[in-house]
Amino acid sequence: MFRQAKWSEPLIFELGNNGREGFLVPELEKEILDTVGEIHIPEKIRRTKEPELPMLSEVEVIRHYTRLTEMSYGVDNGPVPLGSCTMKYNPRIAWEIASDPRITEIHPLQDIRTIQGLLEMLYELQKWLANITGMDYCSLHPAAGAHGELAGILMIRKYHELRGNSEKKKYIIIPDSAHGTNPASAAMGGYSVIEVPSSKDGNIDIDALRSVVDESVAGLMITNPSTLGLFEENIVEIANIIHEVDGLLYYDGANLNGIMGYARPGDMGFDIAHINIHKTFGAPHGGGGPGAGPVCVKDKMIDEDKGISLKDLLPGYLVEYDEEKQMYYLKKPSEYSIGALKAFFGNTLPLIWGYVYILMLGAKGLRMVTEHAVLNTNYFNKLIENTQGLELPYGKDRPRKHETVISAEKLYQDTGVSAEDIAKGLLDAGFYAPTIYFPLIVKEALMIEFTESETLENIEKYAERIKDIVKTTYSNPDEPKKWPRNTAVGRIDIVKANHPKYVAPTWRVYLKKLKRYSTGEKQ
Amino acid sequence: MDAHPFIPNSSDEIRKKIMEKLGIKSVDELFRDIPSSVRMESNKWDELDIGLKKPLSEIEVKRIVSEKLGKNKQLRIPPFLGGGAAPHYVPAVIKYIISRGEFLTSYTPYQPEISQGILQAIFEYQSLMAELLDMDIVNASMYDGASALAEALLMSMRVNKNRRKILLPSNMNPFHREVVMTYLYPHISQGRVIVEDIKYDPVTGLIDKEDLKEKISKDVIAVYLQNPNFFGLIEEDANDVSEIVHEYKVLFIIGIEPLSLGLIKSPGELGADIAVGEGQPLGLSLNFGSSYLGIFAIRDDPKLLRQMPGRLIGLAQTIEGGERAFAMVLQTREQHIRRSKATSNICTNEALSAIASAIYLSLLGRKGLVKLSRHIYYKSHYAMKMMRKNGIRANIFNADFFKEFTVSFNEYNISYQSIHEKLLEKGIHGGLYLGKLYPELGETALFAFTEVHQKQDIDLLVQSIKKSWRRGSRYV
Ligand SMILES: Cc1ncc(COP(=O)(O)O)c(C=O)c1O
Repeated sequence: MFRQAKWSEPLIFELGNNGREGFLVPELEKEILDTVGEIHIPEKIRRTKEPELPMLSEVEVIRHYTRLTEMSYGVDNGPVPLGSCTMKYNPRIAWEIASDPRITEIHPLQDIRTIQGLLEMLYELQKWLANITGMDYCSLHPAAGAHGELAGILMIRKYHELRGNSEKKKYIIIPDSAHGTNPASAAMGGYSVIEVPSSKDGNIDIDALRSVVDESVAGLMITNPSTLGLFEENIVEIANIIHEVDGLLYYDGANLNGIMGYARPGDMGFDIAHINIHKTFGAPHGGGGPGAGPVCVKDKMIDEDKGISLKDLLPGYLVEYDEEKQMYYLKKPSEYSIGALKAFFGNTLPLIWGYVYILMLGAKGLRMVTEHAVLNTNYFNKLIENTQGLELPYGKDRPRKHETVISAEKLYQDTGVSAEDIAKGLLDAGFYAPTIYFPLIVKEALMIEFTESETLENIEKYAERIKDIVKTTYSNPDEPKKWPRNTAVGRIDIVKANHPKYVAPTWRVYLKKLKRYSTGEKQ
Repeated sequence: MDAHPFIPNSSDEIRKKIMEKLGIKSVDELFRDIPSSVRMESNKWDELDIGLKKPLSEIEVKRIVSEKLGKNKQLRIPPFLGGGAAPHYVPAVIKYIISRGEFLTSYTPYQPEISQGILQAIFEYQSLMAELLDMDIVNASMYDGASALAEALLMSMRVNKNRRKILLPSNMNPFHREVVMTYLYPHISQGRVIVEDIKYDPVTGLIDKEDLKEKISKDVIAVYLQNPNFFGLIEEDANDVSEIVHEYKVLFIIGIEPLSLGLIKSPGELGADIAVGEGQPLGLSLNFGSSYLGIFAIRDDPKLLRQMPGRLIGLAQTIEGGERAFAMVLQTREQHIRRSKATSNICTNEALSAIASAIYLSLLGRKGLVKLSRHIYYKSHYAMKMMRKNGIRANIFNADFFKEFTVSFNEYNISYQSIHEKLLEKGIHGGLYLGKLYPELGETALFAFTEVHQKQDIDLLVQSIKKSWRRGSRYV
């Protein structure tokens, strides 16, 4: 039986009391006060209006946020089989190491002679990631997967410019099953997107691909395995089709957990790839971030005469080793680098989690990770096979990799109960829900990724729960609309929350609207 | 191989059970659709340089990493480095709360009913930050201050679609400028936008208003002002700049330093349309540039809101009973719905850092914030005065500053590098050399002083600079 805490916790603005303080700022020495005298900031730029921050003691602050954690749910609480998100266990040892002051106290502009140990770790990580992906060089710079994608797209743009083709290269091809960040990144890089459909077996429709590929194609972005959890069987042919028109192949590494040790993007013909450290390599998601999205390349020649290759376009800084001085140092990839995408080196803390994770497992262990992620996916599929109202669309008989996507379309047609309702029924059992309504090509999609971290017992319980939900649905289709009941709050009115009249992304906007509509309905 | 602690089903017994159920003899059967030409053989994989090839125990890993980190050089006192991040104190309460698994190991709260706590925490971040900035709407975070600024400019381009010029002050953070240029590159290379510099006044170090007046026109999309600017100087005429900018219906973007806002006018008071900034000073460790916080705020204007990048958490109600609740709102701007028409590609952000900042703002409250601002002001001014007393040219510009200031060695024919070396020998890390970023400033460095630097630290620094310089090598 699951019951989430429910505290009806007031907002921080509704807590506290006049004059309370939660943090003592050290008193300034008399000598400092005497030496400096009055504050000299000109009146015209002095803040006159105090910020309307609440006043709480330390005790109240810690209680408030502790209660909020009790109304939250992560991998440490139970299964979070969000497809595409790879919500695996985040090893505490990595947290402990990433909290080491010898890392946390390093300023990003510090003299490299003072951070040789850290640089050595980052250097090794670059190398390991290159070996895992079969690419030649990695930049640890991007802060997330989408950030790596943007880096990749900018590198594609630069590549075509250096080859004198920027005028004619206009399109990035993306399959219809792709994650939203792919088309959004392509657009940020100034490209238009051509979507290609998937065929019945879940691969990219090769004929459709051929029909859109010509000299105007700058590149193609895909995940492999796809967001359906299926390995793209025609990847070599696809790579050839794109390379024939001098396009580049971009690998969205979000699904790397499905193939580690079994196949590498670098061997499939990909030119650029990003890795989500916060998915595949055990760094936590922190309720949305921070993450890290290293971007890797094959050292493909761009201009023989000038000796420019893809490596030279990488963003940010690379950690290199100077044999002579026996020292690690930071280096901009070259004058052709696309530049920096954030200030400073990269998101080092998630990278350290990744470093520790890889060190804990080694090549052998990482292959085991994939093996069990895939075993878990297929075991789950087996358990719910033949459940009324649920179907496994695309390549029915093909084994899944890191995730599976189930369609509840039939159930919805039969009963009016949707993927969202099923999700709420899972919450009531103390499980996090799958990713729903993604990929867009599957109607009433339930996208489920247990990862290697889930226990056999929980996978079985999860399947049982889904079957129970289906049973309830067919006997009493009104019931699921009342879920969830066991979470901190019941079903939320999302439409109203988005209504221009009510939408309140901050407390001050809410108060303003409340005043404006005080004669009408209170939000 | 032994069962691995991170992989609960990796025992022989369980693996066998699963394989029986699947009707397979070997796990390889699940990978049969990988074409042989790209399949990795396990013996080849096992030999690759990935970790130490085989799994290690926690005990071994701890030792290996500890030995590596032992090669870092421990500084005697926190570095006097700023330039976009600086050493600041992180209260223990913050570290404790953000290490709790319910927050740390959760995903973006797509299922609101089971994620009310973290939704509320992020909503509170947005709301507290809005008060600090005196702006209406704050998003759930961008990657960092630099990318927040870059996205603010992209957003401005969408709002002012028919204009073509962006004006950036030359006294802004050059690391942020580099990021801006990366993000704008596709637009610049296709001739859709041009970026122009606004000069800084060489005497005051502040933005040159005359130059701004000359360059501003109805073709300008946005003007950026960083306050305090890269030299740590307070842009005292920000109000005039705001007026000039708004006369042409240009968007005004202000870059802030959160801990300065107890003393300095907020972007809201200065009439900013968009405010951005690096949130690191507000409760985040230095982390070699990692896991910072891109602050992004706008005025409550539907035209701006529609184009705003990033995630937003809003107040909501339950369907039954109308209880207060929280949920992600206005998602139709975002990539997972709007795809290539989205206002940004951002998905993973810096939510946990935002929560850290919310906790700090809750602890500080309105009094603590002003005290901390004052404290940093006094510490940095004490350093400046002590340097001047000792004949060191501190703050080469004649405007007031906050937290950071320039120190010049030009007159004395000493390279900053030689001073840096002498300081480092003593375990003291001096400021950031500016000669490369601003050649006109020559042997000048940017020093930062915060609440973590004690009086004796500052005295030690000043004395050490003075000594190093007497013994200092000549220009190299
Ligand atoms: C398939 C896919 N691609 C890209 C991304 C974007 O990665 P990030 O959230 O790290 O920016 C995701 C993350 O959800 C994903 O699932």
